[in-house]
Amino acid sequence: MRHKESGWRLGRNTAHRRSLLRNLVTSLIVEERIETTLPKAKALRPQVEKMITLGKRGDLWARRQAAAYLMTREAVTKLFDTVAPRFGDRNGGYLRIVRTGWQRGDGTDKAFVELLGSEKLQEEKRQKRAEVRAKRAAEAKKALEEAEAQAQTEGGAPPSEPAEGEETKQ
Amino acid sequence: MPNPKRRHSKARTGNRRAHDSLKRHSLSECPNCHEKKMPHRACPKCGYYKGREVLDVEEAS
Repeated sequence: MRHKESGWRLGRNTAHRRSLLRNLVTSLIVEERIETTLPKAKALRPQVEKMITLGKRGDLWARRQAAAYLMTREAVTKLFDTVAPRFGDRNGGYLRIVRTGWQRGDGTDKAFVELLGSEKLQEEKRQKRAEVRAKRAAEAKKALEEAEAQAQTEGGAPPSEPAEGEETKQ
Repeated sequence: MPNPKRRHSKARTGNRRAHDSLKRHSLSECPNCHEKKMPHRACPKCGYYKGREVLDVEEAS
């Protein structure tokens, strides 16, 4: 009989689990999307929704209660000023959890959690990441060409071998 | 401690294991790139889930 077993313990004692969840909730509110394991994502959901409910109340006492749970002042400000007003017409169900794959090592399900309505922000972040990646790739290519040129001026070994090594590092 | 009284046969072992086989996962088709993917998960090939790109998928360069 599976009685009296509610919630997720996550293999931690109470204090450790509370810390973990506070950290996750804070990160989620600041970043709008976080990647974690599926059980953590599921355990996170009720906590975040409680915070958003506080945010919707919006009074001083609510603000103090949120500040007592969230790890940074920045998160509290963001929760009350930008996150909570978004969900004015919605009673719960503020999060989206999407399974993405498996974790190397222990095979746990990985998922990301995001706040609804953050799609535009995610798109911008993705764009930025793509730019950084492109820049890095261009730099690596330049470095590779320079190395090749140097090898040729030295006139020694053929440049094909170190070039291939560089390729795999990218 | 109680111990087995008789050795048991290979057939007995085999018969017991007849029900131990693993089943293949059922896969669904990704509506975006038409690859097979695990149901209810973002597609690992194209990063789409429910009509929206949700993951960064590195292209092999």
